Amino acid sequence: MALEDMRSPIESGCPDGFQYMHPVMRKNYGMWKYHTHPRPGVLLHVAKSGDEIWTIKCATQRILDVFTLRTLCDIGDKYADGFIHFTIRSNVEYVVDDEAKVQPLIDAIEEAGFIIGGTANSVATLSHTQGWLHCDIPGTDASGVVKSMMDELIDEFKNCNMPNRVHMTTSCCQINCGGQGDIAINVQHTKPPRIDHTQVGNVCERPSVVARCPVAAIRPAMVDGKPSLEVDEKKCICCGACFPPCPPMQINDAEHSKLAIWVGGNHSNARSKPTFQRLVAAGVPNNPPRWPEATAIVKKILNTYKEDAKDWERINDWIERIGWPQFFEKTGLPFTKYHIDNWRGSRHSLNASTHIRF
Amino acid sequence: MADNKNFDTPMLDELEKGPWPSFISGFKRLRDDHEDKTINGMANSLLGQLEHSYETRKGYWKGGTISVFGYGGGIIPRFSEVGDQFVESKEFHTMRVQPPAGNYYTTDMLRQLGDSWEKYGSGLVTFHGQTGNIMFIGTTNENIQHFFDDINDYGWDLGGAGPCVRTGMSCVGAARCEQSCCNEQAIHRHLMNNFTDDVHRPALPYKFKFKVSGCPNDCQNAIERSDFAVIGTWRDDMKVDQEEVKAYVAAKGRQHVIDNVTSRCPTNALTLNDDDTLAVDNKNCVRCMHCLNVMNKALSPGDDRGVTILIGGKRTLKIGDLMGTVLVPFKKLETMDDYEEIIELAEEIIDFWAENGLEHERCGEMIERIGLVNFLEGIGIDVDPNMIALPRQSSYVRMDGWNDEAIKWFERKAEEAAANA
Repeated sequence: MALEDMRSPIESGCPDGFQYMHPVMRKNYGMWKYHTHPRPGVLLHVAKSGDEIWTIKCATQRILDVFTLRTLCDIGDKYADGFIHFTIRSNVEYVVDDEAKVQPLIDAIEEAGFIIGGTANSVATLSHTQGWLHCDIPGTDASGVVKSMMDELIDEFKNCNMPNRVHMTTSCCQINCGGQGDIAINVQHTKPPRIDHTQVGNVCERPSVVARCPVAAIRPAMVDGKPSLEVDEKKCICCGACFPPCPPMQINDAEHSKLAIWVGGNHSNARSKPTFQRLVAAGVPNNPPRWPEATAIVKKILNTYKEDAKDWERINDWIERIGWPQFFEKTGLPFTKYHIDNWRGSRHSLNASTHIRF
Repeated sequence: MADNKNFDTPMLDELEKGPWPSFISGFKRLRDDHEDKTINGMANSLLGQLEHSYETRKGYWKGGTISVFGYGGGIIPRFSEVGDQFVESKEFHTMRVQPPAGNYYTTDMLRQLGDSWEKYGSGLVTFHGQTGNIMFIGTTNENIQHFFDDINDYGWDLGGAGPCVRTGMSCVGAARCEQSCCNEQAIHRHLMNNFTDDVHRPALPYKFKFKVSGCPNDCQNAIERSDFAVIGTWRDDMKVDQEEVKAYVAAKGRQHVIDNVTSRCPTNALTLNDDDTLAVDNKNCVRCMHCLNVMNKALSPGDDRGVTILIGGKRTLKIGDLMGTVLVPFKKLETMDDYEEIIELAEEIIDFWAENGLEHERCGEMIERIGLVNFLEGIGIDVDPNMIALPRQSSYVRMDGWNDEAIKWFERKAEEAAANA
């Protein structure tokens, strides 16, 4: 396009949300009284005015083709007053103002192959990243991992049999775009980057790459007469932070990029303060197309939690009560030297007391 | 597919099995059933490259620099490293588009967006990416401008990508939640739309994210996932409907209420009375939300509502995970002046960080490096004991300014008392 044909952008920013809300939501904005949970996947919110809104939550494949998007819209038009809300975990929520509309809507959603559930004390859809489909630095896929895992956890999505809600996440590198989760399945590299010294000088802004390393293991070097970078492999923690700013420092490896599993991340302030997830398992094979080893560990953790935790305990609450030694004992996961943190500020994670369960 | 042969995808085909909806089946619908040959070809090529990734366990996308006229960001450029094998998806950029706060849509609007995307892109879209954008996945160098022009005309704008203010996110909020203590729609739009220039033209040390949650349940994950977290709360007494409390006790039993409500209170602020009513020590309630979540009909937030602001949450890169830190324990958000003040606070913080942050250093990392007190002095905020979990432990600190600081504290307290009198 020639410059004179270029159209200046309208910098409208974030659009007004009220225009896209169900009229019952607009009318009762900020005036809701309580909600109930009539059945898995269904919420009833009652406003101070007496108005009701029924929410039916369902899962999709998240990466939608336009056909699927239109199917969702067709359901919305025919059964749900023409409105769609997406949750932050990419589930679809339809809202209707009358209980009579609920069952026909549920039938239509199920008929179209979407999965109703994900409310209250269920295992919600994994929040996930882009993976091999679109990311420039991924160690694994994301949508495929989620599809494989949810195929096996679907009953826990459709039913509410957990002590409290379980939010799972998955991330394709250690930056962890998937975020904190009650259970997180994340790539963990185990070998230093392999450096293509013929490329570094051309492709990478070397001082930025040196600065990016969390443990100062990278330094400038001349290799075969070319400016490059070298890694002190004894210091390197294999985090992959150098790879995004310097693609010739390839961190991904078909064999040595593994998965690690973390538990107890919780964003809510309910009961305890928000918590970060903690390492429980590593060395899990990155095994497409179905990643069965990772799913097996996740199921083991979920089943132990389901049997052992009290109502309303999230995974972090449960482990806080029973203690980490029992977590490892009950799940059968090995406790290793890698579980003992040595990052900055980590001494507070050691047990400086005689509080020990026998 | 009219002309070219479909790539074999034996590994991806495995992902069409099982009861969960399959994204691979969606890709194949675009490849086989869409009337537009370009979309057929893109989907086939994308499937081919993804299968190649599954076989070799590696990704094959490279970044780059690309944007629309007048902007410097908002697009995730993707060029294939194996584009000679998978030609039709060799350029496969993602357009990041800002959704409304709370992610509400009409079907009409979704259809309109879908129609535009079908004209200029791959036909693949995600609601939403982890930063909060609508992700229109897969278009060419040429079509990014056409697609943007099209949707920009009917009210949509690009989000942030790169070192800039990123697209904001908010929970479902007051539109459908009885726990909401603030107007997420207003907060979100006032903040985001004050910074459109910083969204579209990346010029900051690194990313800066705003997230809004209506209550301390923090369904939007704001404390850990945003540089500037706004969380609704209240400071008067929580509301207790004692008749509903009695009804709950009658339905569930006293033991259940003791085990699941009163004994779970983190500050022991709840007592179940002999007459099955609930006593609340409101002064010691930390607004954790647990009892309100469990006894949803009986317990509600109070009337004196506002927000708590926490600064500096982020994930691992580079110094390790950080939660946000309380900066403003309570702020009313009712008048236009109140909203002006929160915008000014955000401007102050972003300006200070833009000035003092290192390249690729998040705001929370800068605070870690310079210390919270230097940050507070830089942005002109007074210290407050709500900012800390524990006071200083180590005596290795120079404190010859103690008397002046103590006087400041008492003066501030006296001013507050006078203002409240």
